[in-house]
Parts: sequence; C-alpha cells; structure tokens
Amino acid sequence: MHTYKCKWFLEELNEYLDDTADAELRQRIEQHIHECPNCWVVFDSTKKTLAVYKGMEAQNVPADVEQRLLKVLQQKLKPNHDEIR
Amino acid sequence: MSTPSETAFDELALVNRARSGDMRAFSDLVTRYDRKIFRLARHITQSDEDAEDVLQETFLKSFQHLGEFQGNSKFYTWIVRIAVNESLMKLRKRKTDRTVSIDESIDTGEETMVREIAAWDEDPEQRYSREELGEILGKAVDSLRPAFRTVFVLRDIEDLSTEETAAALSLSIPAVKSRLLRARLQLREKLTRFFKRKGDDVFAYL
Repeated sequence: MHTYKCKWFLEELNEYLDDTADAELRQRIEQHIHECPNCWVVFDSTKKTLAVYKGMEAQNVPADVEQRLLKVLQQKLKPNHDEIR
Repeated sequence: MSTPSETAFDELALVNRARSGDMRAFSDLVTRYDRKIFRLARHITQSDEDAEDVLQETFLKSFQHLGEFQGNSKFYTWIVRIAVNESLMKLRKRKTDRTVSIDESIDTGEETMVREIAAWDEDPEQRYSREELGEILGKAVDSLRPAFRTVFVLRDIEDLSTEETAAALSLSIPAVKSRLLRARLQLREKLTRFFKRKGDDVFAYL
C-alpha cells in the first residue's frame, strides 16, 4: 500500500466500483489490480462490502411505530383536510 | 436513477390527490416509504426513539409542504431531504459529542488508511444468520463518524445518486465523493474481521 500507483488506485476506486470510470481508466485500474495482490484484496473486499449492504433489506417498521405514525398523522392533519374542503 | 416510469406517474398522481386533501392517497405514500425513512433516521440518529420522532415529523412536514413539491425530483428524494434535516437536528440537539456535526471540516489531508489486507470469502455473508448479519452490518455503520455515516447511508444503503446526496446534505459533490470513499474503506476494514477467508484457524472454535 505504499507505492504511488497504489495511492492512485485508492483515489480512483470509487469511480471503478460505481462504474463511472471511462474505458481507459478502467483498463489502467484493472491492470493494476491484476499486478498488485494487496490492491486486488482492497478492491474485492470493498466491492463485497457494498454488496452485503445492498442486500440488506429495510426491516419492517415495528408495527406499533407505524400505528402511532398513522394515528399522529390522522390527528394532526385532519383539521387541514377539513379546511381544504 | 429511474427515468419517468409508470410508478413515477402513479406517484405524482398520488401526490396531487394528497395535495387536494385526499388522506388515503397520503397514507399510501406514507406506507410506501415509512420503512426506508425509519431505517435512514435510525442509522443517522442511532436511536429508535429519535427515529420515531423523525419519522413523524418528516411525514407531517411533507404533508404541510406538499405545495412546494415540484414534481421534478422523486417524492422519495424530497422526503429524504426532510428526514435528513430532522435527523441532523436531533443529533445537534444532543450535543454530547463534539463530532456530531455534519458540517465539521474533515481533514482531507489525512491519508486514507488501509491497514487490514486479508482476502474475503467468496460469499462472506453466508457464514452468518440474517440476524447476526444485520447486527454486524449495523454496528459497523454506527461506528463511523456521522459525517461519513450519513453519506454512506444515503449513497450505498438508500441508493441516492451522488448529486441527490450532495443536495440532501448541502455538501459539494467532491465532498460527498471523498467522504464516501473514506466510509467505504473504513467499513471494509471493520468488516474484514468477520468476513475474511478462514484458513489455518478453521478449527479455532474447537
């Protein structure tokens, strides 16, 4: 993780992961991770980090939280509703 | 991210109905997004109680200000901005920790550190139950500084674009990008302990 190239790679890592790198940059990054095992590990584990978070579904709002939300909205917004009518 | 689709048109119709006082249309919008808003608020505030307040405030305010919704952004992006502001206000109110401000200047001169270099399993999450995984991932995010955590949550959990995240947090695009990189690398580092390939220590649990 100390060479100039590795530092450059880290700066460009997001572009590569987010698929916003142009063809030339992509190719240079791919060449580097092919040659540098440490950077390959950083790339691969960061990619997997994003994948595990993307796979994490929003848990349901606890039922009582949703009920209270709808109740509060009903109570507080009802008068507005009547005014509009 | 998505071009105007049927859902977007549906949604605009719902918003218009809600705007004219149709509470059922508004309830539809609420139940469509309340889980995501609650999760977002819980990630930023790290408190169930604060997240519930944020959830209620967000939908109250969104209803009261529906007239200001332009329809040129997604309804979801619009309420995310409200929810982020409410969440940050909660954080600031606590004031127990000097580092809670999202506006804090980040020392960008600091090197992005990579200390842990260990290859991960092919499907690292398989090793854990859904519950365990949720806890590992949640704790790792919670341990990030708020300035990094908020950007990561919006970009990589809630799937907002860089531009939308910048707008929601009133940050520049380069600031979003640099915080996101730090957040991702720090999480990678924190998670390595759980997800690295098991080799010689495969029997360690015995």
